Amino acid sequence: MYQTKYVRATDTNDAVTKLNDEGKLLAGGMTLIPTMKQRLASPKTLVDLADCGLAGIEDLGNNLRIGAMTRHVDVETSNSVMEGIPALAALAAKIGDRQVRNRGTIGGSIANNDPSACYPSAVLALDATIHTNSRDIAADDFFVGMFETALEEDEIITAISFPKPSAAAYSKFPNPASRYAMVGVFVAKGDTVRVAVTGAGEDGVFRHEGLETALVRSFAPEAIEAVTVSSDELISDIHAPGDYRAHLVKEMTKRAVAACS
Amino acid sequence: MANVSFTFNGESISTNVPDNTLLVDFIRETLGKTGTHIGCDTSQCGACVIHINRESIKSCSILAVMANGQDVTSIEGVSNDEEMHPMQQAFHENHGLQCGFCTPGMVMTAIELITNNPIASEQEIREGLEGNICRCTGYHNIVKSIQAAAKVMAEK
Repeated sequence: MYQTKYVRATDTNDAVTKLNDEGKLLAGGMTLIPTMKQRLASPKTLVDLADCGLAGIEDLGNNLRIGAMTRHVDVETSNSVMEGIPALAALAAKIGDRQVRNRGTIGGSIANNDPSACYPSAVLALDATIHTNSRDIAADDFFVGMFETALEEDEIITAISFPKPSAAAYSKFPNPASRYAMVGVFVAKGDTVRVAVTGAGEDGVFRHEGLETALVRSFAPEAIEAVTVSSDELISDIHAPGDYRAHLVKEMTKRAVAACS
Repeated sequence: MANVSFTFNGESISTNVPDNTLLVDFIRETLGKTGTHIGCDTSQCGACVIHINRESIKSCSILAVMANGQDVTSIEGVSNDEEMHPMQQAFHENHGLQCGFCTPGMVMTAIELITNNPIASEQEIREGLEGNICRCTGYHNIVKSIQAAAKVMAEK
């Protein structure tokens, strides 16, 4: 790892000030530290958000507000999440391994927007709102591309608000080695149906209009049979070619819909 | 340089190291406690698992300075001079290791697992070990060891 300077911020304003000198924000560090070890990142300053008071889960009735520094293990075991959006607790329980879940945070995950991360699919399917130190961003506007988000350089996620759906489920086909999603599909049913796919898109997480339309018409696994999922713009790599991922998108959607009932 | 101050195996430590020092290197080289192993060095294998505030953490994936103010326990801190931790004893009695390289991490993960879920099923134990890799035993005796330790820990 290249040399770096580690500092702790006391709040988000302090963090912005400290970011100044080619800094990077540090949440749980479960991606950033390994990336720095590989010398793929070399921030001059690491600004740790641990003391900024951004962790915690609030049940606000119609939605759950989850602080950006809330760890996966805390989402996984939260009574509010298990009751309000059980699919979100179940998703958190299957991220990485136990040790990753003990450190990794929801804010860190979505700010990084790894194309195979689980959380972006939940944020997008549940039509969540991302709160930052300067504004609120709708999930549909947040995920811009692979490892890219709408966040400005000095913008910090403070919390994410998830409306409680009437039904939701996440189905993931994990890469057996990394546990990242080869394909993960989050289906959420509220006033409408939203289907978000992670692990498959060349531009990261995306909604699938064809699947959503079919499920609005009939919310049943069989409704998906007639939908065409194109392999265009899907990831092809050593783990799976695009057409296999396209097949998995349909299969994981069916499983998620079946799990909703 | 960064000041690193935390409780390590029950004792307060405070010393200065370069900011980019990994916790595992700090434990092994600065504190001289080499029970915590470095296996893959890429967050996969779990040989470096330690506890921070009694939760299992891969010490190769965090900086030493990130543990400031926390309660850090390595494999050396789970037993005393007279007797091994029930989990260590169970690994010994059930042949839960062959080469032993993964064992410190396995034991640390297993202690957290059984502390949180004293009646863990075989399936839950196997899933709980997802962050620890053993290339010798095929896991059967590790699972057996953890089941045996769970019984002893429940009696204590």
